[in-house]
Amino acid sequence: MTAEFQPKIIAFCCNWCAYAGADLAGVSRLQYPPNIRVIRVMCSSRVSPDFILKAFQKGADGVLVSG
Amino acid sequence: MVTFTLNGKEVKAEEGSTILQVAEENNIYIPTLCNHKALEPAGLCRLCSVELFDGRRTRFVTACNYPAWTGMEVKTDTEEVHRHRKVIVELLLARCPNNDFVKELAGRFGVEKPRFRLDDDDCILCGLCVRMCERIGARAIDFSGRGTQMEVATPFGTFSEACVTCGACDFICPTGHIKLSEITDKEVRPILSEYDEGLKGRKPVYVPYAQAVPNIPAIDRAKCAHFLTGDCKVCADFCPTGAIDHTQVDEEVELEVGAIILATGFRPFDPSFHDEYSYAKHPNVVTSMEFERILSSSGPWGGHLVRPSDEKEPERIAWLQCVGSRDINHCDNGYCSGVCCMYAIKEAVIAKEHSKKGLDAAIFFMDIRTPGKEFEQYYNRAQSNGVRFLRSRVHSVDPVPESDNLRLTYVNEASEIVSEEFDMVVLSVGLEVPRETEELAEKVGVDLNHYRFATTSSFNPVETSRPGVYACGVLQGPKDIPISVMEASAAAGAAASRLADSRHALIKEKTFPEERDVSAEEPRIGVFVCNCGVNISSVVRVPEVVEYAKTLPNVVFVEDNLFSCSTDAQAQLVDVIKQRNLNRVVIAACSPRTHEPLFQETLRNSSLNKYLFEQANIRDQCSWVHSNEPDAATDKAKDLVRMSVARASLIEPLPMPAVSVNPAALVIGGGAAGMTGALTLAEQGFEVHIVEKSDRLGGQALNLKKTWKGERVPPFLKQLVDKVKTHEKIEVHLNSQVKEVSGFVGNFKTVVGLNGEEDIREIEHGVTILATGAHPSKPDEYLYGDNDRVFCWHELDEAWESDLVKNASSAAFIQCVGSREPERPHCSKICCTFSVQKAVELKERNPEMDVYVLYRDIRTYGEREDIYKEARAKGVIFIRFDLDRKPEVRETDEGTLELTVVDHVLQRPITLKPDFITLASAIETRGLEQLAQLFKVPLSQDNFFMEVHMKLRPVDFATDGVFVCGLAHYPKPIDESISQAQAAAARAATVLAQKKIEVEGVVSSVDQELCRGCGQCVEACPYGAPELVEISEGVQVSQIQEALCKGCGACAVACPTGAAAIRHFTDDEVLTMIDAALCE
Repeated sequence: MTAEFQPKIIAFCCNWCAYAGADLAGVSRLQYPPNIRVIRVMCSSRVSPDFILKAFQKGADGVLVSG
Repeated sequence: MVTFTLNGKEVKAEEGSTILQVAEENNIYIPTLCNHKALEPAGLCRLCSVELFDGRRTRFVTACNYPAWTGMEVKTDTEEVHRHRKVIVELLLARCPNNDFVKELAGRFGVEKPRFRLDDDDCILCGLCVRMCERIGARAIDFSGRGTQMEVATPFGTFSEACVTCGACDFICPTGHIKLSEITDKEVRPILSEYDEGLKGRKPVYVPYAQAVPNIPAIDRAKCAHFLTGDCKVCADFCPTGAIDHTQVDEEVELEVGAIILATGFRPFDPSFHDEYSYAKHPNVVTSMEFERILSSSGPWGGHLVRPSDEKEPERIAWLQCVGSRDINHCDNGYCSGVCCMYAIKEAVIAKEHSKKGLDAAIFFMDIRTPGKEFEQYYNRAQSNGVRFLRSRVHSVDPVPESDNLRLTYVNEASEIVSEEFDMVVLSVGLEVPRETEELAEKVGVDLNHYRFATTSSFNPVETSRPGVYACGVLQGPKDIPISVMEASAAAGAAASRLADSRHALIKEKTFPEERDVSAEEPRIGVFVCNCGVNISSVVRVPEVVEYAKTLPNVVFVEDNLFSCSTDAQAQLVDVIKQRNLNRVVIAACSPRTHEPLFQETLRNSSLNKYLFEQANIRDQCSWVHSNEPDAATDKAKDLVRMSVARASLIEPLPMPAVSVNPAALVIGGGAAGMTGALTLAEQGFEVHIVEKSDRLGGQALNLKKTWKGERVPPFLKQLVDKVKTHEKIEVHLNSQVKEVSGFVGNFKTVVGLNGEEDIREIEHGVTILATGAHPSKPDEYLYGDNDRVFCWHELDEAWESDLVKNASSAAFIQCVGSREPERPHCSKICCTFSVQKAVELKERNPEMDVYVLYRDIRTYGEREDIYKEARAKGVIFIRFDLDRKPEVRETDEGTLELTVVDHVLQRPITLKPDFITLASAIETRGLEQLAQLFKVPLSQDNFFMEVHMKLRPVDFATDGVFVCGLAHYPKPIDESISQAQAAAARAATVLAQKKIEVEGVVSSVDQELCRGCGQCVEACPYGAPELVEISEGVQVSQIQEALCKGCGACAVACPTGAAAIRHFTDDEVLTMIDAALCE
């Protein structure tokens, strides 16, 4: 374990754009930090404030809603 | 099987395997130099030496070629072994003390200074090159000499005749000793990548391009060593699935078809022989296609904007338009390619975005031709973003001595010779039909015109000279992607009309076994972790993920696959699901966006509902993006699997409802487009209703006399109207308007007010085509309406036989009247061709007449350029004006006209005295808002209907079952209207031809017990899926029309009571994933 702070980030990604963008990052082999966990939703409008609060409550350091 | 002891542990191995192979299987590292998977082991370098005890004595053997036998004891990690290997490395360093590879090797083995006499070689005699050359089948090199004289050489030390210049020796040599140029005097050339326009090399085994379908490699038989020598086949050794078959041969297949569609496309013009543009001799002069690759993130420089000569970022780039288009001096391409202005602007804008240094982008052009939908607005934005547009003709492009730059010499509009230096020059090359297509056309028996485009008429734009053979795309004429895609549908529509009787004749229906009811079962989850070859397993430790998955709740089976998507893995998956009685499946592999449908089908084949599937993306969003962090990537993969398993425990089977389709169409608008669309559908056997607002069919085409090609419009129109009126499947409603619309794809109900709204009729239909047309606007300038010598559009035709027009000695046309102005920025597309055509007709009737066309850019795109050439040849005078110096029209005391304009060449005002003036006013729509609301379809900023995707779905709306064609989509000439109508009909037929359509199961639902009818969901839904219904007096609840629902879930978020929910992405399913993501 390193002492360095490692944030935990939850990302809600719209299936049609942001999730596709994350796939494209993979296909293009772009490298980014592995602290993010993506949850696919069919639209960013699906992300209710409850989800975001739940993530923080469970210890997420950041929430990204992308769509 | 043999059993022996390896480093004190008993191991089992296949008979005949070498110690090295067994060690690798057991994750024991043995260093090698001369070993290669594709080659027979040679034991030359001795670096793989290990200790062997055979029961009597201990000795050193080379692991790479020593076969395992039962009872032996092998040690790979003793001090003796290490000392032995170190001496070998020390000897190599003495032989090659200056070689980087050997120095690095010595560093790894802790050898600093050899104790032996130093030599200065760079060959370690590993023999990889010799053995590889033999494997390739060329046998061009071998060892020669003995002892200290030994070296790798060609026979007699001369250039080898046998060498096939494959470069494998050079490639495999670890030290860089082997140089192909010392082996052969044949020219060594890389195989240039066709996809990267030759800016990069490729291998003989290659995937033609990143988006290829199927995305599997091909072997280039012209370059592959196996097809040159008969040997090699190294690739087959490496392919883990045994997919390579070198014995495949070309097959001739005979097909019986009722129609042929030619969509053979174009080849970009090759500017190599244009000496004055220096393309062939200077690397920094590139074609636009090459520049596209440079800008692409999958291109030769990964999307970094650099120039080829020195890979430096250019700061000044020039685009030269009309290279190989509108040019009959250097080539025979008199036509305008129609796409280059737009793509050059796009490239300039993107290049500016890519550049960190504030790129100077300059486009050298004759006319900017951006007549397509929203193109003019894009051009305007490029100008305000600082792209420079220079109206000029470039004389030459010359290299600047002692630099990699280029100097452009050009003549500007004021006839001055100017020169400017650039870092890079892009030639905007035109589109050509390749010569080979000519052969094909001859074989198929269709005529090509003088530019080698397929001969078609404006009234049957996709029909070639041979009945039953259709053409679309650039073969039909130069065009861009939206029109090509639209025309492709048109060709399909035309072919479908012809083949209506045999529709469904060749269809094989796919059937699935009956679905198993899993509702009463506890979740039994199977997890399958894909290695994706090495795409996942080279970063993520798959065995660890497999072991981890076994510990997760409800998981009853875990397995890893080499490729989960391969056909055999799919078949196995079906078996495992049945044998283990799985009722949920999680596949940890690539992206659900690409593979979910495939795996869902596998579930259906195993009697499971397809929604009992969940995919964890451990490739695109894990191994590929964390390739240098195997630990973190493995942890993340475990997290992703845990999240997916958690969700899988909650997912439920969903119904896949099917709704029946009413095989009837409603076409709104009875112009050329509406009638063509209706007829195309009626000929395929579908019932069609045409609703026309006015009292007659024909629309704007009633005002047309001739097309630009000279075809007479009235006889065509009469024939079309007659066909429509007499067709038994078509019902025409004149003086009628749409009042109300309800329903969804397959089942619309539209209320129409007939005969001036007196009668109301409800029409039931499965699809709708909007073909409501557009109109010329009424000008409020240039004395229109005040002086009867000023006409607008077809008013000239109406006055054609009047004394004023017949006896006139001078006529003028003013272009862009109300178009391309700040308040109406779109280009009306058809006006240039119209005015030029009329100017030619005036000149034909009276060659002495002075005819002037006052224009801003002449946009006779495509083959229409011919008529512009003809006009100039006939003496029509073209005078360009700028928006800030528009012409002025004045009435003299005698009532005649005086027209003043600043001449672009003389740069001073001139006054003309035309007998009459014709204004090309803007084409616009009126009152589309109501229809747009009724059918829930959007309008563009210029008030034309807005299709769902301009390029990929040019006649569809986001609302399923509604299509658009004709002028209501955008101003266009009659040939494009007709093909668009055929396209809309073809797209509509894809719905009508189905008896039932399966509706997506991921839709919303409303629990009516919880609903209090507040209507928040109705407001939140962009698709109009929820509606409020009265279930008892005064009690309203929401209800979802599933066919309209796109499954976004906005209603579920808006609902204050939790009544509205989205299936398959329920609150619980998402919340459990959040929990699972953060629980460790």
